[in-house]
Amino acid sequence: MKSLKATGHQLADSAFQLTVLSREQAATAHLPRFHQKLAGAGLLPLRPVAPAVLQLNVGKMCNQVCKHCHVDAGPDRKEIMTRETMQLCLDALAQTDIPTVDLTGGAPEMNPDFRWLVAELSKLGRKILVRCNLTIIVANKKYHDLPEFFRQHGVEVVSSLPFYSADKTDRQRGDGVFADSIRALRLLNAVGYGQPGSGLVLNLVYNPAGAFMPGPQAGLERQFKQALSKDFGIVFNSLYAITNLPVSRFLDYLIESGNYAGYMEKLVTAFNPAAAAGVMCRDTLSVSWDGGLYDCDFNQMLDLPVASPGSRHIRDFDAATLAQRAIVVNEHCYGCTAGAGSSCGGTVA
Amino acid sequence: MATYYDPADLKKFGNIGEFQKEFADKFFAYYGAVFAEGALTAREKSLIALAVAHAVQCAYCIDAYTTDTLEKGCTEPEMMEAVHVAAAIRGGSTLVHGVQMMNKAKELSM
Repeated sequence: MKSLKATGHQLADSAFQLTVLSREQAATAHLPRFHQKLAGAGLLPLRPVAPAVLQLNVGKMCNQVCKHCHVDAGPDRKEIMTRETMQLCLDALAQTDIPTVDLTGGAPEMNPDFRWLVAELSKLGRKILVRCNLTIIVANKKYHDLPEFFRQHGVEVVSSLPFYSADKTDRQRGDGVFADSIRALRLLNAVGYGQPGSGLVLNLVYNPAGAFMPGPQAGLERQFKQALSKDFGIVFNSLYAITNLPVSRFLDYLIESGNYAGYMEKLVTAFNPAAAAGVMCRDTLSVSWDGGLYDCDFNQMLDLPVASPGSRHIRDFDAATLAQRAIVVNEHCYGCTAGAGSSCGGTVA
Repeated sequence: MATYYDPADLKKFGNIGEFQKEFADKFFAYYGAVFAEGALTAREKSLIALAVAHAVQCAYCIDAYTTDTLEKGCTEPEMMEAVHVAAAIRGGSTLVHGVQMMNKAKELSM
């Protein structure tokens, strides 16, 4: 399977995605626009609070090609963050007291400067999260020591595992992904990740393998813990239930499967003002592989930069200017405000 | 096309209070309480609802609880086993009346 970009798909163009999302399709024309819903909840313009997370997308290269990927990542994507841009991120961080750095991709570990970046972040004393797709650990011998590397740097590992059985996982992430994920989880457990008292945190991410929303996070976590422990002897800390946003490959899936209108209607109907008040973009800043600044990773993929003309690139990072901005919203944002809400850290309401 | 079962009507279920608000409010409050986590998990209740939906052959309920069981993290085999439970009870309830038939036949026959 190739990325949308490699196949020249219309949806590889972010402007086309925004056109689809802007209700020009007759089936969703009756739905209220996201900014209207936010205004109704008294949240427009949406303002940031003090940033708690700097999320660095260090590249779109990935060893997997998942059907729901909002990044359109894959082996054929070559966009990766250079060490120079990483240094700009480190310089910006040093000016602030942002406590957490969240490394994502693609498979962030495939960036040749990934380990250098983690080591430099460690020196700054910030909490480091790595969004590890698990299979990268067993994909190639050069990655087999990643669990030990993570342990040495006290990295918190956040890993996608859409289900505790092979069938649903492989349907979303590709043949053999579940078996490789289990092997990788065992390696992480073996160095202490997820083990009680180790201080090494291993959190899993559940996202639905289809056009439906995640159920209550606590119940899903209980199921995952029981099944992974019973069937594979695997332990982990917390499960984050994340809603799929209608962006890139998941948007393509929704349209191709005839579920787009129904899914959007469901998200809109489930709009929750409490979830909207707690959306992650209020305390997160996202940096793209080429140094651009965004309110979140989804806005990044839709080429919707921060509304701070003087500070749109990490080299021009200015906390005071960014604090004054209004967060850029669009129709995909309904994915983060539906039901119990959704963020890179799971539910928010 | 006019039809007795329009999938769009499911979304209007909440509007039944338009004709009788008091009972609708009580029903939905009760409904919400029944499906909350309790001695049974919300997931177990969803699977029971899916089975009952098939037993009573409610097209709306089948759509609603297929979605709900998927959202609660149920697997397709679990969902189909729930439907078989409903089928077994329905089939069994037909067959167990065969005893009544046998009793009556024996009563009437030499």
